[in-house]
Amino acid sequence: MNPYNNQGNQDTRSGFGAGLSVLGAENPNVVALCADLTGSLKMDAFKADHPERFFQVGIAEANMMGIAAGLTIGGKIPFTGTFANFSTGRVYDQIRQSIAYSRKNVKICASHAGITLGEDGATHQILEDIGLMKMLPGMTVINPCDFNQTKAATIAIAAHEGPVYLRFGRPKVPNFTPENQAFEIGKGNCLREGKDVTLIATGHLVWEALEAAVSLETQGVSAEVINIHTIKPLDKEIILESAAKTGAVVTAEEHNYLGGLGESVARVLTTNHPCPQAFVATNDTFGESGTPAQLMKKYQLDREAITAKALEVIQRKS
Amino acid sequence: MADIAQLNATAQQIRRDILRMVHKVNSGHPGGSLGCTEFFVALFFEHMKHQPSFSMDGAGEDIFFLSNGHISPVFYATLARSGYFPVDELNTFRLIDSRLQGHPTTHEGLPGVRIASGSLGQGLSVAIGAALAKKLNNDPQRVYALLGDGELQEGQNWEAIMYAAANRVDNLIATVDVNEKQIDGTTNEVLHLGDLKAKFEAFGWAVLNLKNGNALPDILQTLEKAKATSNQGQPVVILMHTEMGNGVDFMMHTHAWHGKAPNDEQLESALAQNPETLGDY
Repeated sequence: MNPYNNQGNQDTRSGFGAGLSVLGAENPNVVALCADLTGSLKMDAFKADHPERFFQVGIAEANMMGIAAGLTIGGKIPFTGTFANFSTGRVYDQIRQSIAYSRKNVKICASHAGITLGEDGATHQILEDIGLMKMLPGMTVINPCDFNQTKAATIAIAAHEGPVYLRFGRPKVPNFTPENQAFEIGKGNCLREGKDVTLIATGHLVWEALEAAVSLETQGVSAEVINIHTIKPLDKEIILESAAKTGAVVTAEEHNYLGGLGESVARVLTTNHPCPQAFVATNDTFGESGTPAQLMKKYQLDREAITAKALEVIQRKS
Repeated sequence: MADIAQLNATAQQIRRDILRMVHKVNSGHPGGSLGCTEFFVALFFEHMKHQPSFSMDGAGEDIFFLSNGHISPVFYATLARSGYFPVDELNTFRLIDSRLQGHPTTHEGLPGVRIASGSLGQGLSVAIGAALAKKLNNDPQRVYALLGDGELQEGQNWEAIMYAAANRVDNLIATVDVNEKQIDGTTNEVLHLGDLKAKFEAFGWAVLNLKNGNALPDILQTLEKAKATSNQGQPVVILMHTEMGNGVDFMMHTHAWHGKAPNDEQLESALAQNPETLGDY
């Protein structure tokens, strides 16, 4: 059985909004910027409570990233909010020069990441953002798994000095990790112990991996489930320890396999403890319109896909 | 009252520094650097309140951002001559392991630099952010930014220009170096900028025209006027008309020296036109 209970479906973006509200009350240096998506990013409460620290920049993401970089110079901790696509690809050079290379303490907070954005389709469904952000020297990349963890991550990154990319999503998904949890950047969580295969998941796919482990159990396969909420810096120890035990790994993410979590895990494995690995990820493709559930199924990102890859990778063990 | 003779002497020494820096490594951008030398001298040796001991936050100080980062030679020489770091370090410009990178950066911790620039069009947004932080911190000092005119072809500038006026970022004084030249030719040939004064005014900025951006008294007077115009609800822009390559006869009236270093013979001629005043590094 799944060792975690769904406490009720909630969207991870609301976890961000809740965390930002806590920060607004606690830390007068926290400021927020938004590019005309205040409601979508759940930044309304921060805006209402701290209007002097909220900057509506309009539909001008490049300018938003530059203003955020400038605000850090006066000691502020800026949180920028827009969709993942407009938080990364649209403003890559602004982030690269004015934030990452300049080592500015900006928190780039990105909602509607991945294919579960749904009906808006491929123009808005970025599946390349993890890769874009993890390639930038000094950038921390975080993709929490549920509402509670997104809230905890939002609060934690304010105390971290340096640029952070925080990725979360649109749909309501199971909320299963503890309320008011401690969030340690760069530290994976082992959610379920097993001995035959390790399922390493990030973001929305962590719950799917837990459900896949239940299904595998009925087929006589013991699966370990690890939540990697921080893709960079990656928790090598938890990955290597588990891979040494199980000898087979499945990575699962709502992202292109090129540039995603899976490739980061593969590098850790090949340079330390080579073992068979299978990838649950989109296969070098754009998304399309549909409901989140339909898209997860069509693009083979759901629990069935994870279960199938687990059974396949076990066959490749030597 | 400003000692104009002394400021001109400083400018002349900085012109020498620029020429020697780019000549040594046979790379860099002398044209725009020479065109803005008097402006840098006016800002750093007279107009701005600033501390060469340097703190990143610049609390209680006027702070400056260079958006057109390729004119790093004039920025570095000015910072060194102002006491931000030893003038001998100008010897390391563009060399391996140097803090004086081809384009300015905070990465190696060079005092005086608060943001990396070089990829064009980003500096004005950063300056707006720094100006907003000053307002939040109740810091009465101002934020200055220098932009190239060709750089205004980058769209991000117009996002920033719209934002600053709409949000009354009036502790910001931007200067556009209007030398009417860019890599591929004149700005008119490459992409006509149109009527910059009318454009800035239409966006809601207070616009000051500086006809001779290479004359120190005129620059200082315009900066004073800009300061007096600030804090009245509008961001301020100075359209500063300069001569690229100013002070070196063969580098003027052409865009050829945008990103080209002089050879030995050319350096000799250029230095002869700008005798030493403060001692070479």
